[in-house]
Amino acid sequence: MRKVYQKIEQIAGNVIVVRADGVGYRELAEVTSPFGVSLAQVIRLDGEQVYLQVFSGSRGISTDSEVRFLGHTMEVPFSDALLGRVFTGSGAPRDRGPAITENMTAIGGPSANPAKRIIPRNMVRTGIPMIDLFNTLVESQKLPIFSVAGEPYNPLLARIAMQAEVDVIVLGGMGLKHDDYLFFRDTLESQGALSRSVLFIHTAADPVVECLMVPDLALAVAEQFALQNKRVLVLLTDMTTFSDAMKEIAITMEQIPSNRGYPGDLYSQLAARYEKAVDFDTAGSITILAVTTMPGDDVTHPVPDNTGYITEGQFYLRNGRIEPFGSLSRLKQLVNKKTREDHRTIMDSMIQLYASYKDTLEKQSMGFRMSGWDQKLLKYGARFEVEMMDLSVNIPIEKALDLGWSILADCFERAETGIPTKLVEKYWPTA
Amino acid sequence: MSESVSGTIVGVNGNLIRVRFDEAVSQNEVAYAVTGSVRLKAEVIRVRGQVADLQVFEDTTDLRIGSPVEFSRELLSVELGPGLLGSIYDGLQNPLPELAAECGFFLQRGRYLHPLNREQSWSFKPAVEAGATVTAAQTLGSVPEGIFEHRIMAPFRLSGPWTVEKIAAAGSYKVTEPIATIVNERGDRHELTMIQRWPVKMPIRAYAERLRPVDPLVTKIRIVDTFFPIARGGTYCIPGPFGAGKTVLQQITSRNADVDIVIIAACGERAGEVVETLREFPELTDPRTGRSLMERTLIICNTSSMPVAAREASVYTAVTIAEYYRQMGLHVLLLADSTSRWAQALREMSGRLEEIPGEEAFPAYLESVIASFYERGGLVRLHDGGTGSVTIGGTVSPAGGNFEEPVTQSTLKVVGAFHGLSRERSDARRYPAIHPLESWSKYEGVFNLDDVAFARKLLRTGNEVSQMMKVVGEEGTSIEDFATYLKSEYLDTVYLQQDAFDEVDSATAGDRQKYVFGRILKVLKTRMNFSEKDEARHFFQKLTQMTKDWNRIHIDKPEFKQAEEALEKALAEVTDYA
Repeated sequence: MRKVYQKIEQIAGNVIVVRADGVGYRELAEVTSPFGVSLAQVIRLDGEQVYLQVFSGSRGISTDSEVRFLGHTMEVPFSDALLGRVFTGSGAPRDRGPAITENMTAIGGPSANPAKRIIPRNMVRTGIPMIDLFNTLVESQKLPIFSVAGEPYNPLLARIAMQAEVDVIVLGGMGLKHDDYLFFRDTLESQGALSRSVLFIHTAADPVVECLMVPDLALAVAEQFALQNKRVLVLLTDMTTFSDAMKEIAITMEQIPSNRGYPGDLYSQLAARYEKAVDFDTAGSITILAVTTMPGDDVTHPVPDNTGYITEGQFYLRNGRIEPFGSLSRLKQLVNKKTREDHRTIMDSMIQLYASYKDTLEKQSMGFRMSGWDQKLLKYGARFEVEMMDLSVNIPIEKALDLGWSILADCFERAETGIPTKLVEKYWPTA
Repeated sequence: MSESVSGTIVGVNGNLIRVRFDEAVSQNEVAYAVTGSVRLKAEVIRVRGQVADLQVFEDTTDLRIGSPVEFSRELLSVELGPGLLGSIYDGLQNPLPELAAECGFFLQRGRYLHPLNREQSWSFKPAVEAGATVTAAQTLGSVPEGIFEHRIMAPFRLSGPWTVEKIAAAGSYKVTEPIATIVNERGDRHELTMIQRWPVKMPIRAYAERLRPVDPLVTKIRIVDTFFPIARGGTYCIPGPFGAGKTVLQQITSRNADVDIVIIAACGERAGEVVETLREFPELTDPRTGRSLMERTLIICNTSSMPVAAREASVYTAVTIAEYYRQMGLHVLLLADSTSRWAQALREMSGRLEEIPGEEAFPAYLESVIASFYERGGLVRLHDGGTGSVTIGGTVSPAGGNFEEPVTQSTLKVVGAFHGLSRERSDARRYPAIHPLESWSKYEGVFNLDDVAFARKLLRTGNEVSQMMKVVGEEGTSIEDFATYLKSEYLDTVYLQQDAFDEVDSATAGDRQKYVFGRILKVLKTRMNFSEKDEARHFFQKLTQMTKDWNRIHIDKPEFKQAEEALEKALAEVTDYA
């Protein structure tokens, strides 16, 4: 039986300080208060003082509450029995199913050895032209969806999850509205995908410390599946909530804030999670799609800003569409040479012309005369927005490429597109 | 073991530990924190009374109050010797492939392997005889390392003259076998192997003098070589918001740069990007030597999810190895991606030390740390009369893409060239997204300065016209101004931009650059006669298309000349001979 401590010296925010010895950094403890038992984790050691963040919050904890150290760090079970199950941010079942205690593995494990990674090579088909054609998603990629509150980011996430060809889906929900949690669960269930999914859900009503655990739990499970040769898709929503939870603890711990109150290690903390995305040499892979809401639609806000530097591109979701400007899949060039020879050219040409269309729109709104060229661009832009950008469009990439050629041929002369002559001769629709 | 224990942990906060010690400790000394059977490397970064603050280079989970800490009496050092090239190290010079062979998919903390292979034999050829007098950094012999003669040098830290007492005969030796014994007049005696160690935070100064960098370093990126050249031994920085193409630019440079050795320090960036280099370089041939690119490349890789404190160490490890090869009379290019991550590591540590924060919570010493890092680049004349250089190119990742932040500003003060990447250019898919009006370089290129000035002036005027057109519209613009605008767009599209996917267009050698630039200048200087704007636009669209096709043709092929003639013909049709 491990020693029980009953001398809590300080309670502030969700952090308590207890006097104890022989405690390891990051060790777990159980705190018993009149309102129940909660897990807590060591976040600082200072002489005999042990700082713990209490998962269920410090409400109701008294100075003589019992603290019992467990001698290990936060762990998550792993077995196929996880599939189809829903857990909370402290790893307890949320779906009234039995608790699972098999193969406990520590969360937040060490990073993968770069020498064991391979260059990603498989495209993840989503049926959305703005992704498949213009910013191809690649297996083992880490990609956030930047969006403002109110955009349909969760439905987009769910749709990609349903259409992507993967073996296991792990969903980490942070600060989700209860409705959104039910939406995800029901969507997965109705499409028959729940049986290959594991859900870690922290809702907005749950204690904030549990929110901090969600990505690590989800990724630790994903990692175990990947090691068993599975292709895993991890969905995280919303990483801004996670960062805000981190900010809350950092401020409680009286850390010096760096930018808008966020701790100085925000970049490293986010990177430690996103970098779990991997394509292993001789094993499976982890692909991460995350939602980052941008407070005030400001991409220079510390969370989206740091995220952009970590992830391999980003999708901007704005007005219900994936914006072609700013959206980027950094890994697309690894796969889009294998799809079809005209893929890259169509991708670049259409975007360049769409940019010119935007300029023309600006000119038009200022009341300038539209030249012949402007008229062509206006026609093109309108077709592009309706037939390519709309999220309801659901066609495979080959169809999308053909559509691209026919839109171009409908709007422009051959030389106006800037496409290499060789390709024009082969693909330009003649009829 | 008990006598080597000289401290105990009294506090743990993230990767910072506080240690009470009894005997003397020194600043930046390496120590090991022990938990169970694992020893975690750490470095002393502050001493107050009998308590030292140490940054731990590993995850500190499970460290406890009272855990022992062993001090090593050594500063953080790298191992220098034959076999460095082609290696892939983490920030502390652990060889990653060997680590993977031993520990599997994940990095295991507390595992430290020998950076240099202890089993490999090298064919040593002595360069001095017994009885010779040597000084620091003097060549004792050499071994072939890939395409280079790797000099085995007298230790850099020697002072005064030493006499070679014994030198190994030509033959095959492992790195740990003694190859020479030297003695000085006081009778101090050193037995030397091929390995020497050097503390990473001290520059190697065993050279005759530093020279001004004047020779251009060709990168085969047109906008860089023509407009914002880099010099061998110079320094430059590439700040840019995310997604603007910093890393791609570095990767292209690492392949094509006209130097002997490229050292890539992936510091706190994505692992995936390193993997691309790691897996592709062995397959690629170096156009200069016909051998695998990996033979001239060394990768220091401390990606963003690897321990933060080792990030700082990684850039110093890289620059120390660069200086070592410079001592052999080689030209080394160090690419650091990204220096902002290293600055952030400093900030994290400074925060834990509870230092008074400077701007954006960066420590007040940020500027001097950055300055002294870039100052380690340079062109030097060695004692034997040869020259060697270290060129440093660092990317900067400014928060919010705003160049007014402390890391960018501190860097701009100390570098010789600035390649600023712009969001608008990358959004418009204009690659490389180096901004042609905002960037600058203090180095001299190989191009005629008047021509470059003419082209830059055209770009500036074209930009002004385009700004004006946004206000007064096309109809309010004169046909002359409109033609100027189209010319500047033409220059931008066919010369400043390069197609990174095209084998020929992605790398333009210096000679071809001169030739093509000359041809394009002729176009730009031609007076053209257009009656209508649509006609002008149409002509330039056609010309752009033709020139882009021309850019994709290999210079030795007959089609190259044909395409050029076609260009000339098209141009003649609109030339105003009046």
